[in-house]
Amino acid sequence: MIIPIVRTALMALRRDRPSLALSFILPITFFSIFAVVFGGRHDSVPRISVILVNEDQSQASRQLVQSLQREGSLDVTTRPTSKDKAAQPDYTAVTAEAAVKAGDIPVALIIPRGWGANPISFAHQSSKSGPTLQLLYDASDEIAPQMVGGLLQKAAMTGMPLTMAEQGIQYTSGFIGGLTPEQKTRMDANLAQLRNLESKQAAGAAPASSASGALIAVQTRSVVGENKRSPMISYYAAAIGVMFLLFTASGSSGALLDEAESGTLDRVLSSRITMTGLLAGKLLFNTLLAFTQLAVMFLWAWAVYHLDLPSHILGFLVMGLSTAVAVASLGMLLASLCHTRAQLGAVSTLVILIMSSIGGSMFPRPLMPESMQKAGLFTINAWAIDGFTKVFWRDLPVTALWQQVSVLLAIAIVLFSLARRIARRWEHA
Amino acid sequence: MSANSKLADPTANSPLPLEVDALVKRFGQVLAVDSISLQLRSGECLGLLGPNGAGKSTLIRAIAGRVIPDSGRVSVFGSAAGSPAARAALGWVPQDLALYPRLSARENLSSFGRYYGLAGDKLEQSIAWCLKWAALEDRAGDLTRNLSGGMKRRLNMAAGLIHQPRLVLMDEPTVGVDPQSRNRIFEMIAALRARGMTIIYTTHYMEEAERLCDRIAIVDHGRIIALDTRDALIHNSFASRSQVIARLEGPAGKVSAWVAARGGRLADSTAEFTIEQPTQVAGLLEGAADAGLELIDLSLRRPNLESVFLHLTGRELRD
Repeated sequence: MIIPIVRTALMALRRDRPSLALSFILPITFFSIFAVVFGGRHDSVPRISVILVNEDQSQASRQLVQSLQREGSLDVTTRPTSKDKAAQPDYTAVTAEAAVKAGDIPVALIIPRGWGANPISFAHQSSKSGPTLQLLYDASDEIAPQMVGGLLQKAAMTGMPLTMAEQGIQYTSGFIGGLTPEQKTRMDANLAQLRNLESKQAAGAAPASSASGALIAVQTRSVVGENKRSPMISYYAAAIGVMFLLFTASGSSGALLDEAESGTLDRVLSSRITMTGLLAGKLLFNTLLAFTQLAVMFLWAWAVYHLDLPSHILGFLVMGLSTAVAVASLGMLLASLCHTRAQLGAVSTLVILIMSSIGGSMFPRPLMPESMQKAGLFTINAWAIDGFTKVFWRDLPVTALWQQVSVLLAIAIVLFSLARRIARRWEHA
Repeated sequence: MSANSKLADPTANSPLPLEVDALVKRFGQVLAVDSISLQLRSGECLGLLGPNGAGKSTLIRAIAGRVIPDSGRVSVFGSAAGSPAARAALGWVPQDLALYPRLSARENLSSFGRYYGLAGDKLEQSIAWCLKWAALEDRAGDLTRNLSGGMKRRLNMAAGLIHQPRLVLMDEPTVGVDPQSRNRIFEMIAALRARGMTIIYTTHYMEEAERLCDRIAIVDHGRIIALDTRDALIHNSFASRSQVIARLEGPAGKVSAWVAARGGRLADSTAEFTIEQPTQVAGLLEGAADAGLELIDLSLRRPNLESVFLHLTGRELRD
């Protein structure tokens, strides 16, 4: 008696082919996305962008800059890019810090004036005299400054071996009370070899590998979020919030399908309500529902995790409403596209999880390959998270949100227009 | 009276509640409505009688403005179907239970009232009237999904009348209800008729059409094949003839041969004959015993709408 049950279920599943197809497409799609993000199929290695400000302009600092520029893992910038390709002045310590604060770039390295006179610390930073390197970073990206710090040490070892050796000898000589003539002769011979090697490197040869160690003293400083108690709370409040908003909006929009199936939609449309009015009403309701859901989430984050909501209330309202209307419009479009609740469930799960995975709701976009980061710009999640990050993390004014708000509203208009067009099938037989 | 003939309207200066002119609607290869024309007088109740799939609901939906006809014209009190004026004048009780199951009876009525632009006291008065009319006053606060099938049907009707329309379309309002609830619905319709409401009532139950409607349109394959009062329809098909229903027992071959020889029709061992005068009954049954048949039951009846439908189409109404 079990087989007839299986047979009936199979027949019912075969009747709903979109759901059947999605049950296979969904896991394959997700596997592929995660494979691209974490696997070996990167079309480009994620590189860390870093601003380099060389105030020192000594031989040692130039060698360090050249060595860092040769690092494949770093994307070194010394001056802002402009759309019209006009020449821009080099970054200064001030403009570099502003760029990190604005979220244009995660890390900036400042080589202060006078650093080249005494660049090495030999693990005793307290014994080092003179200015030290400044590593400015955005605390929302914990990985970038650590990578830059590590690569800086490597660059110092491989890019400026002569300086390292000369200073090393000075330290050693001072520590042991001077070298014997024989030791000094052998040292000079080795230094001559290193000079020879450096000249070859300057001509384009590959840098030599050398010993490792924390030799360059670096003072790291978070220029964004240094006073925040819970650095990633605002990020994940937005990231998770938007993802669940999408689920809520698509579920709520599904009421349209229920009404169409029960005949209620027909009855409503025979009254004074038009299809545009009906959809607009549902859009408004779903927008308010989504905004309320977001507000409750941020209030929870404020009450429990000390997110500074009161100081950012205007920014939250602007971003919350923009996000809510975009999300509600997507829900309306999905509902108008589907013919049954089962189809809506399958399609919305597919769309929402893809958007959330590439849009930054599951893992931060800066850690994704560049192509994936660009793909994320086609998602509501990415623009919403960027906007909320500007408000809560970077403390930027509401005027700085114009780009995110414009994109989200444009998304809402396009999606709602499409939903209205597709909903014509319900208007008349 | 033919289906296409014009009515003499007593209020000649005011537009008729409904005028349908040469309406055609196709769904793919299926011709759902085939050039239907009809008119409705103020205060009249017109029955659309026909089997399932005859095109009744499509016609109703076209009048409600929910189906765009391929050709033809529908006007409600002089306004095109689907226009704001037509929508305001027309109440539609769909065949499906088109209600919000998670709202109470009162909330449903309130929602649909607002969709028609009612508010304030006018809305409250209309809700009160509808609840009383549907005998749902004591269940007004109950969720619709918790109401019985008959109550849901009555609420479905009430929701179609919340804006006090002048013309009501009722699409098989008694589908799936028990006899008691059906009688309650008949009482509701009688109350509307007493108020002078103009009604179109679709059904495939001839008793309902006979009981409730002034005129009856018999619909089959998308066409109105006859439209008149009940008595006129019967008279046009049968004049003064009567029907004899006889149940006979005997060898099957003998029964069918005997019935066929007398121009009768046999269905489920019951023979049906049409006779010009009731006095012909004795002659009709003469010789049955000689043929080896036993007469179990016999009745004489005047033809009804079922007989008319059978006469006009050659099929039973519920086929």
